[in-house]
Amino acid sequence: MPVSKTWVFAEADGGKPIPLTLELLTKARQLGGEVEAFYAGGDAEAIAGELGSFGATKVFTTGDLGGALVGVPAAAAMAAQIEAGNHPDLILFGMTYDGRDTAARLSARVDRPVLANGLDVGPDGDMVETAIFGGVTIVRTAFRSDPPHIAIIRPKSFAPEPAGGGPAEVVTVDVPDTGATNAARVLDRHVEEHTGPKLDEADVVVSGGRGLGAAEKYELIEELAKLLKGAPGASRAIVDAGWVPYSYQVGQTGKTVKPTVYIACGISGATQHMVGMKGSKNIVAINKDKDAPIFSIADLGVVGDVHKVVPKLIEALKARS
Amino acid sequence: MPLNVVVCVKQIPDPATPGKLDPNTKTLVREGKLILDDSDAYGVEMGLQLADAAGGGEVTLVSMAPNNEVSGLRTALAMGAAKAILVSDDALVGCDALATAKVLAAAIKRAEPELVIAATESTDGYTGTVPAQVAELLGLPSVTFAKHIEIGDGKVKVQRQTEAGYDEVECPLPCLVTVTAGVVEPRYPSFKGIMAAKNKPVDQLTVGDLGLAPDQVGSVGARQEIVEITAAEERKAGEIVEDEGDAHERIVQFLEQLKVV
Repeated sequence: MPVSKTWVFAEADGGKPIPLTLELLTKARQLGGEVEAFYAGGDAEAIAGELGSFGATKVFTTGDLGGALVGVPAAAAMAAQIEAGNHPDLILFGMTYDGRDTAARLSARVDRPVLANGLDVGPDGDMVETAIFGGVTIVRTAFRSDPPHIAIIRPKSFAPEPAGGGPAEVVTVDVPDTGATNAARVLDRHVEEHTGPKLDEADVVVSGGRGLGAAEKYELIEELAKLLKGAPGASRAIVDAGWVPYSYQVGQTGKTVKPTVYIACGISGATQHMVGMKGSKNIVAINKDKDAPIFSIADLGVVGDVHKVVPKLIEALKARS
Repeated sequence: MPLNVVVCVKQIPDPATPGKLDPNTKTLVREGKLILDDSDAYGVEMGLQLADAAGGGEVTLVSMAPNNEVSGLRTALAMGAAKAILVSDDALVGCDALATAKVLAAAIKRAEPELVIAATESTDGYTGTVPAQVAELLGLPSVTFAKHIEIGDGKVKVQRQTEAGYDEVECPLPCLVTVTAGVVEPRYPSFKGIMAAKNKPVDQLTVGDLGLAPDQVGSVGARQEIVEITAAEERKAGEIVEDEGDAHERIVQFLEQLKVV
């Protein structure tokens, strides 16, 4: 059965839809049928234009949530629409903090399964493709439930393409009272300062791992990234160890990156890491251990000590500029 | 005020050994000894520290596993958890995430905790939806992706990771919190802890004990089905060079070819 209507759970940052939302709208359009967005926040008007140009005819919005965490009220509002007969065949969520929360809560509320970590959706919107074991095996899982089907999709699974439509019509929906379940409140937001391109948008990413040996050696990674006008990244091991903040993490948890060049320094290539970077166009790996799994996917692998190779690389690049 | 904490833990095949899918059932092969998911050690430690700070209360583990598997639970009990509830039943094989959440929610209810802690996602399945599903089924608020937790005045204060940094979130108890790796440094079980763990109670329950119908769970109740498994297009290994003091030159060349420098 072809898809007659798809909802995309839209998210925004600073009054603009996040790239992942535009990716999902593009996919929803390709499935055919109507495309509508669902947005939890008070500034739907600000994003309605861009949502529309990517194919959404309507954007349902909860309005301002008064500091509540998004998951509970957004899922309750979506469930109320579904129960009232506004019934999409498929709901696409992005694999984000709020996307996962909302999808999970909606799944429990409307008693439908949810498929996460999606890389693609089948043509009829009833099958989700995921990669397991670090991306070496592709699994296709079909929904065996009544629609709406709920899928959570990883970033950068689809290339966003505008369709040139007019602004989406903003429709404010009721948020049912969920009592004590909706008690979590955001008191304050902390933004970590950073300069240079964003990790998931950079053309070059230089990542460091446990092979660096000590937290202060991460400076090498930052310096190399800066010289290449790229972004510094990290493996889970050194994020867990507290060397760099979580926002640097590349991997299954953390960011998915697909730069022109990915340079892995002292990273062995755990499954968890490879999932997040194996879509890079070119991969350079520097590692002491010639048997490190990262070499199996590297276009250029250097078996050597990062403490020797990286400083020399930095010097060579400096000498050119 | 004593604080009773439930920590959801998963016992998984050792991630160091390569995973396999059963070609017939298309589910993950879970034979051999299971171990405590590393991601859950953080939650156990956090639970122990919060109960300690509250001046009393205890940590109860809740787990669902095949074949009455307890080896992972013993690790967490050795760290200091007081007891465990283990749901083990052949009917559970092939549970989807929502069915898993239904089982865990029913088991958690028995412990009447003020706080439920889970990892943000398991290492082997990493769907990352089960904790919020459990919270919704129990009618609890939740704060996911906690990188720091404090408790006071009947509320949790959480630093919740965001794209940009973190949010300070406050939530009254009872509630559910998911913790990221690194929220605390998990302790190693002491010899005394390991010995004591052998005698700590593990309450073993079946699906029937929880009042759930067998057709709600397992492969019978699953409303998703793996229809195809294929090998991903392989990314081939390229050129490998041993560094003899000049490997950086090859890297510069490579970057030049790509017009990155």
